[in-house]
Amino acid sequence: MSPTLHPALLGQFGDAIQFIFQERESTTGGAQIGGSQIWGLLLDHIWLSGVALVIACLISIPLGLVLGHTGRFGFLAINLSNVGRAVPTLALVAFFVAFLGVGVLNVTVALTLLAIPPILTNTYVGVQQVDREVVDAAEGQGLTGAQVLRGVELPLALPLIIDGVRISTVNIIATAALAPLAGASSLGDPIVSYGVYGDTGRLAGSIMVALLAIAADLGIGALGRAVTPRGLRLAPNS
Amino acid sequence: MSLVVAQGGFFRDRSSEQGSCVQNNGFCPGWIRDNLDRYVGQPLVEHLELVLVSVTVGFAIAFGLALLARRRRWLYTPISQVTGVLYTIPSLAAFFLLLPFTGRGFLTAVIALTAYTLVILFRNITTGLANVPVDAVDAGKGMGLTDRQLLWRVELPLAVPEIMAGLRIATTTTVGLATLAFFAGAGGLGETIYADLRFKSNVVMAGLVAVLIAVVLDALLLLIQRLATPWARAGAR
Repeated sequence: MSPTLHPALLGQFGDAIQFIFQERESTTGGAQIGGSQIWGLLLDHIWLSGVALVIACLISIPLGLVLGHTGRFGFLAINLSNVGRAVPTLALVAFFVAFLGVGVLNVTVALTLLAIPPILTNTYVGVQQVDREVVDAAEGQGLTGAQVLRGVELPLALPLIIDGVRISTVNIIATAALAPLAGASSLGDPIVSYGVYGDTGRLAGSIMVALLAIAADLGIGALGRAVTPRGLRLAPNS
Repeated sequence: MSLVVAQGGFFRDRSSEQGSCVQNNGFCPGWIRDNLDRYVGQPLVEHLELVLVSVTVGFAIAFGLALLARRRRWLYTPISQVTGVLYTIPSLAAFFLLLPFTGRGFLTAVIALTAYTLVILFRNITTGLANVPVDAVDAGKGMGLTDRQLLWRVELPLAVPEIMAGLRIATTTTVGLATLAFFAGAGGLGETIYADLRFKSNVVMAGLVAVLIAVVLDALLLLIQRLATPWARAGAR
């Protein structure tokens, strides 16, 4: 697929970029869109995603740590993310709209549910794959179970936990674009509300969602590398 | 400030429907029975087409890239990173970013969905090939196998479990993402969901059919894996 750089094509992307930086009247009239308005939507998007992510982390990291430490419910912890993957995000959002109604709260709960499985599974696996001998050595030194968990297992599992957080963040950001269908404002507004924003606004919204997802992915990826204990760092390519 | 008004009921015949269940927006087995073709008819076929074409094309590309990276190791990192970025772009955004190039329709949806499968398939195929025991490769070399014979008769068969694991993840993920393909004008079960987001019977049925597609395809791939690796079962016993 070699995109021929036809002037009209460049024009569409140029218009979209201009839309991001310059306010204008909506296609339907009566409302100002673009410019600061779309940056406001970006903030809504980040806020919505951030709240869901934090709640998901607060639920799934402690749960995953305890389950991983005790080795209980492993089957559930591992298979939860497989089940989660099979549920389409649009179906999840629609389910909330049909059964619980629209609103920011419902969207946040839906996004949180979506984010739990990858973090929980990665936390569980991260704790489980800690070298048994390291744990034995720590216990031999007289550390209690909680101390082993906090001082040994958590730091060694951290890279995998953060990777789970990264996967969930990208999922949340992608799905938050559907939030306007459930009555919450986000960068999805210009995407699903074609009548108001037109081609240009929709393309601008898509560009911003894509950049936000890539930025979050790179940022959390860098965080993951920064917190990896030195002894666990592998040479690139391995 | 959101300028979007949430979707109302779009199934035109819903308001005129006589049954109180439908009017009260309940879960209505009777209505579902009468409207089954909304779910297992064309939307299901479109959905399956999207998934099968995207995963097949994605597998062919990822397989080629993995063989390339097997010969030239330095290519692994750049391929992994580029496909990783493609995976990160939300598919909803990808559809509209492609629209100026490929227009609305099946092609645009398939390009975005295919791009999404690449990183999963590429990483699993390369991991599978890298995890082949050195002893097995040495034995093959000792028997005088050429590089090509070594790949097809020793390395790839031993990599089947990892390759199939990747294929299963890619397939279930694509089934879910294909529900957004209607934004690109490619239909599928998402269009049915979107047609009436507030009607419980509709949402449950369309969602259920999508999950069932994922479960059935996953089971089929697992079955293929079992049949393709008879030695794995022999070893387990």
